[in-house]
Amino acid sequence: MLQNAWLVPSLPAAAFLVILLFGKRAGKSAAWWGITAVAASFVASCVAAVQWVQRVDDATGTSNGLAAFTKGVVTTNDVHHVVKPVTESVTWWQNGAVKFGVGTYVDGLTVLMLVVVTLVSLLVQIYSVAYMRGDRRFTWYFAALSLFTASMLTLVVAENTIQLLVGWELVGLCSFMLIGHWWEEPENSRAAIKAFLTTRTGDIGLMIGIIVLFFTVGSFGVGATNLYATGAGAHHDLLLAAAVCLMVGIIGKSGQFPLHTWLPDAMAGPTPVSALIHAATMVVAGVFLGARLYPVFFNGFSIASGGVNFMALIGGVTIVIGAVLAFVQHDIKKVLAYSTISQLGYMVMALGVGAWSAAVFHLFTHAFFKALLFLGAGSVSHSAGHTFDMREMGGLRKPMPITFWTFLIGSAALAGIFPLAGFWSKDEILVNAGANGFDAFLIVGLIGAFLTAAYMTRAVWLTFFGEFRGHGHPHESERLITGPLVVLGALSVGAGVINAAPLGLEKIKDWIEPTFAFPVVGHAAFDYPKAVLSVGIAVVAIGVAAYYWYRNAERPLLSGLTQRSPLARAGYRFLVNKYYLDDLYEKVIVGGIQGAVARATYWFDQHVIDGVVNGLGRGTTQLAHYTYDIVDQRLVDGAVNELAHEADQAGAELRRVQSGRVQRYALLLFGGVGILSLALFLTNTI
Amino acid sequence: MWEQQVAFSVLALAIGSAAIGVVRSRNVVHAALFLVVVLAGAAAIYILLAAEFTAWVQVLIYIGAVVILFLFGIMLTRAPMRGEGSRLDNDQRWAAVVVSLFVLGVLIALLVDAFGGQDIHFSHTLVNLGRTGSVGRDIFRVYVVPFEVVSMLLLAALVGAVVLARKD
Amino acid sequence: MELNEFLILSAFLFCTGIYGVLARRNGVLVLMSVELMLNAVNINLVAFSAFTKNVSGQVFALFVITIAAAEVGVGLAIVLLIYRNLHSPDLDEVDQLKG
Repeated sequence: MLQNAWLVPSLPAAAFLVILLFGKRAGKSAAWWGITAVAASFVASCVAAVQWVQRVDDATGTSNGLAAFTKGVVTTNDVHHVVKPVTESVTWWQNGAVKFGVGTYVDGLTVLMLVVVTLVSLLVQIYSVAYMRGDRRFTWYFAALSLFTASMLTLVVAENTIQLLVGWELVGLCSFMLIGHWWEEPENSRAAIKAFLTTRTGDIGLMIGIIVLFFTVGSFGVGATNLYATGAGAHHDLLLAAAVCLMVGIIGKSGQFPLHTWLPDAMAGPTPVSALIHAATMVVAGVFLGARLYPVFFNGFSIASGGVNFMALIGGVTIVIGAVLAFVQHDIKKVLAYSTISQLGYMVMALGVGAWSAAVFHLFTHAFFKALLFLGAGSVSHSAGHTFDMREMGGLRKPMPITFWTFLIGSAALAGIFPLAGFWSKDEILVNAGANGFDAFLIVGLIGAFLTAAYMTRAVWLTFFGEFRGHGHPHESERLITGPLVVLGALSVGAGVINAAPLGLEKIKDWIEPTFAFPVVGHAAFDYPKAVLSVGIAVVAIGVAAYYWYRNAERPLLSGLTQRSPLARAGYRFLVNKYYLDDLYEKVIVGGIQGAVARATYWFDQHVIDGVVNGLGRGTTQLAHYTYDIVDQRLVDGAVNELAHEADQAGAELRRVQSGRVQRYALLLFGGVGILSLALFLTNTI
Repeated sequence: MWEQQVAFSVLALAIGSAAIGVVRSRNVVHAALFLVVVLAGAAAIYILLAAEFTAWVQVLIYIGAVVILFLFGIMLTRAPMRGEGSRLDNDQRWAAVVVSLFVLGVLIALLVDAFGGQDIHFSHTLVNLGRTGSVGRDIFRVYVVPFEVVSMLLLAALVGAVVLARKD
Repeated sequence: MELNEFLILSAFLFCTGIYGVLARRNGVLVLMSVELMLNAVNINLVAFSAFTKNVSGQVFALFVITIAAAEVGVGLAIVLLIYRNLHSPDLDEVDQLKG
């Protein structure tokens, strides 16, 4: 399967064609063709993954990798074995001496991505059968999903940067089609165009980066590029230029500051599409690019020498920007969108601080819990009267138990609560950032962890607790919707075990991290104080947030407090996890009953701690509003609009050239030919 | 050798001035007659280069057929026969002069740079090369497929011209 | 004789043709200028045929002549059509090719 990895993207591509050509006649069964194809791809990917693991273990001398994995055997041979990727390539076309190949480049990162993409896509498609039932472009939707998956898989297995670019652009095109799936509403088509154009802006950087790399390395091959960048004779300045250009591509595709504005708008598409875009296909393409050509970034940005670099800086800024913005959104999908921005910031920052395996690990776990959260949001909306506004939700815990629990697991995983998937990957990023000498980014990461836990608490609180504020009768969704939720929920709980350092499992490092043409990166040991610190911060954030929104929810509705109180308190207690704020809560009650000292404590509680808590919450909200209004809306959007205006003006000027008169065109044509010939002549004679 | 040089000079002068006549003439029919001079001069150049068959084809097709077509075209479109010269040229004349002179300059510089000092050697092989027999052998052996394709193209052009010009 | 003499004559003819195509308003005259350009190319081909002692150049020239005949036929039909629709053979009346 390692040699025949081309099969994996081919199956969904074939499904796309079949659905496109015969889907109309087949009607609803067309969806199952796409699902069958992607399921076959998933199986093939799993086979490839197993074979890759065996290949690595054969090289490192471990007898049976899977057996060792299940037994939790610690492999502690530090000898550096090189496991070459499996490369297959055929010449696509040839221009002079330059051959353009198309092929597959299979290594640990590739098989990991193959499994993640096919699995998430499979679940999303199954979910979509129920979610999109009755849609007027049902078969077209599934055709586009298949193409989306195929494009992403093409990108993942790409053997050279040209093929990678082709996949990259196809992914962009598919996201455009799917975001604008309901294009009848102008808002949706605007969002699709915005997404397309914004990512295209970054793509210019990517293209220039690929060209620079080609002239630096002399080849488009991924392996050749990485080999060059890790070699001793690499030209550092050129690699820096290439890395900056490629980074622009990553910023556009992976929704990094300042090109992140398209991601929240992209919520106009159907919810399963959002899940696919955010978890497995579109936005992780940027991070994947960073991981795939990592030696270029590592050498170009001099990551080994520590200090602030462009990549880590962008990632760090994005973590905070994205997380702060998530507070002011009423739309649950927008909360998740900003959360994705922030989490992608973690991945980019991890790459920037030299924590390759942590970044890939976070990509892996994030794919599961983010897909889960989006699909959960879709399930909620499906039953709560087709709205995503959290002000019209609330109290959905009772009627939708499966959705509630899976969403809660996803949120906890996102917040980094032990022992869910998000904890392991986020912790690894933070530990490595500290160990590699990037203390500033460690602190940024901790701030991000705090904010993440807080806004997810808010979302969960507004959606599932309190009283139902919407219309209609909420009910649990059908099996086709809850099934994928349960699977993803299980993965969000368990996926982190693959690289749980304290258990001696560091399989991302052992299996996934390339050993061929890869810079030497450090691996920090698991750090208990830091792990406790990050979980502690998350828990405090949950407590503060829950307390703040609990209080705010109570204040306007004092009547009926007693009826709702136990219900609310139960949720409250669960959320604070009986840590710091639980004690505070006890003291509030006890202090209210007992004597003067207790009363003083009570006063202290009420005025100081409450004030601090409320102030913190209010401050965060204010800051978020401020950031949203000033930075996001005026600065970033303003700059983008100004650019568009300039382009418009230039177009109006250039329009005069287009007189419609053929002879004027011919004049320009011959003039241009003359100038070009002169230029060629001069460059060739001098 | 000098005879050829003299013949070439005379022909070049005739072709050059007639070409300018084609593009500057104020009378459409005169322009067509200047074109005949250019085409005949080109045929003479072919003979000078010992391309006998090509020269006769040039005379037959260009002067015999194409120019007649042009005259028909002039009549059918009722183009102004004389005077009204300003109607024949458009407003970008000077830009056209600049562009064509610029292209000419670039071309001459290029040609001098690439082929300066290279001579054509006239010999018996050259004369044999231009005979109808050798051209015919090449057309029907080496270039038989393009030849057939051109015949299809002519048919298509014929049908196309009829369809376009038909009145209904 | 120098090869360049023929080539420069051809270049001159070609550029005269360019001028005619760009500056002439009447469609028939534009087509005539195109013929000038095609003849320039033919002189080029025949000269190179003599220079390299290879008959292919002449064969190409023959093909060009054939195609020129077809081009004139279709081109004149188009001019005729323009004349019939716009009541003028002038090409600057045709300016619908714009956005």
